[in-house]
Amino acid sequence: MEDGNFLTDEFLRQLINVGEVDILVGLPTHNNAKTVGSIVHTIRTGILSGFPRERAVIINADGGSRDGTPELITGVSIDDVRPAPSVYALRTLHAISTKYASTPNSGVALRTILTAAELLRAKACIVISPESETIAPEWISNLLRPVYYDSFDLVSPTYRRHKFDGLLMTNLIYPMVRALYGIRVREAYMSEFGFSGRLGCQFLSQNRWNDGIGEDGIELRLTLAALTGGFRICQSFLGEKDHVERRATDLVPTLRQSVGVLFSALDSDFNAWSKVSGSQEVPTTGGDVELLLDPLRVNKKRLRDMFVNGVSELNSVFQAILSPSTLTDLNRIAGLEEEEFRYPAALWVRTIYEFAAAYQKSVINRDHIIQALAPLFRGRVLTFVVENRNGSALDVANDIEGLCLEFERLKPYLLEMWKSKE
Amino acid sequence: MREMILSELTQAMQDLARGFAHYLPRLIVMLILAFVGWLIAYMVKIVLRSILRLIRFDRLSENAGASQLLTKAALPSATEMLSRFIFWVTWVGFILLGVGVLGILGLQQQVERFFLFLPHLFAAVLLLFFGMLTAGFFARAALLAAVNANVPSPGLLSLAVRSIIMVFVLSVVFEELGLAQQTMLVAFGIAFGALMLGLAIAFGIGGRDLAQRFLEEKFVRTKKEQDEDELSPL
Repeated sequence: MEDGNFLTDEFLRQLINVGEVDILVGLPTHNNAKTVGSIVHTIRTGILSGFPRERAVIINADGGSRDGTPELITGVSIDDVRPAPSVYALRTLHAISTKYASTPNSGVALRTILTAAELLRAKACIVISPESETIAPEWISNLLRPVYYDSFDLVSPTYRRHKFDGLLMTNLIYPMVRALYGIRVREAYMSEFGFSGRLGCQFLSQNRWNDGIGEDGIELRLTLAALTGGFRICQSFLGEKDHVERRATDLVPTLRQSVGVLFSALDSDFNAWSKVSGSQEVPTTGGDVELLLDPLRVNKKRLRDMFVNGVSELNSVFQAILSPSTLTDLNRIAGLEEEEFRYPAALWVRTIYEFAAAYQKSVINRDHIIQALAPLFRGRVLTFVVENRNGSALDVANDIEGLCLEFERLKPYLLEMWKSKE
Repeated sequence: MREMILSELTQAMQDLARGFAHYLPRLIVMLILAFVGWLIAYMVKIVLRSILRLIRFDRLSENAGASQLLTKAALPSATEMLSRFIFWVTWVGFILLGVGVLGILGLQQQVERFFLFLPHLFAAVLLLFFGMLTAGFFARAALLAAVNANVPSPGLLSLAVRSIIMVFVLSVVFEELGLAQQTMLVAFGIAFGALMLGLAIAFGIGGRDLAQRFLEEKFVRTKKEQDEDELSPL
């Protein structure tokens, strides 16, 4: 059991005052004053509507906000959020906040929430992203019910998203996790999710917290822990996920937290994934993934330029990571004109598997391996965008399914590289 | 007269024989030391080569960029080079030990100086290797960062980082070896100053258009680009 030594005395005192709870809602924040008020309002409405008899608490783990975020969370009155005159809270709905550090760290934030859940003996817990502007009260129910009533251990979300949103998820994380671990979890890197107290306790005790390694990409680590630990997993459709505008420079940190975490987990999980073949569906509630098809302007020239520039400038780096045949193919497609440019699925999968094997063997610094993937990912994004520009939701789904099957088909290639000494 | 010559000759022969008899055991000891030294040096070389192969020293050397230099100079691998270097240092050490046994006054001082120099030589080799490793790491880090930030001429930037670090490393290595310290100090100052001045001129004058284009790309996005979304990866 986590001893909670890293929690502040004040926070522990507040937890003792709360006592045991049935439901815990975790809200990690950092300067989210713009959105957090409405999110807390929605969370409270969701709990009052779906779980009026249960003992519930909202735990805010704050990473040093300077815009009054914690005060907004703890200050919302229960009367402000009563959804209808006929709905009353039968229990006190607590909201407590703790500042875990002066700078945000998603790993420490989740550790704080998990420890609080363990100390409060919460049966079902959810974590909500403080940036979810499209959150609705039903999300709370959809994430909590499978854990609270159906004894699932992890509830992963599915969303209604634009077909070109989350391309790292659809082109790498989802197909690779599916091919290696044999479970079709759409959003392995989750921003909103539900989990049981059992899974929380196990993850808390097993994850490497003290060396700092276990803190990056914590959401993906939790999913992988559930997959390898034999926990019951389901998916729940939440609704529309808002489109977050990002800058080109955001890609490398994102790759570190997602692909880097996945590659590093493959080492410790080898016994689990090496024996798996094929993949199984996960029970899903509330409908399947939905894709929005609105036109979206994408700077294809910049994507191609960054790919071509990356392939030519990083040739010496790729020589250490990739096989000669893969590198030759990459150089060939880098020489193609924009209209002819295509990064085929089979080559993309081979690239990713060779990167994973190079990461395992540490052929160069591991962080450099992850950074070197960024220009290649841009090339794959360009191909996906061009191929699915006019595609229907079904076409896009078929394209992703084809990629997943390619990842499954080439899995023996990864195993072969993994087992070879050089 | 004849007797005197014979006596002197006999005396000389006796002195030579005495001298030879005096030095012969020392010479034998020197030869034994040289032979034993060769055996030990050879064994050290074999053991060291196995250890270096076990720890994949060649890969480390590749990362440092040392392997590429050796290949260009048609030299053996880094493992082989280091093994041979240690072999020769060990063997020469034993030979000089043997020479010391001969008791030749001038040579003894040279031998002492050689053994006093050995720690500096090892430190210099280590400094050079880790310097190259550091230069290789930071050059690659700069290259990756520049490529991912879409900075123009990332290769040039990486080369500049590597050169700056290597100039610094070489000056430290020569300082450790005690070779032409004053010259190296001046040379380092001139080389470093020239590099910085060159970079300043390159960026300030030669790269004016490039810098302008770069700043425009960074801060003045066109209307078309403003309308285009950066795709969210997650």
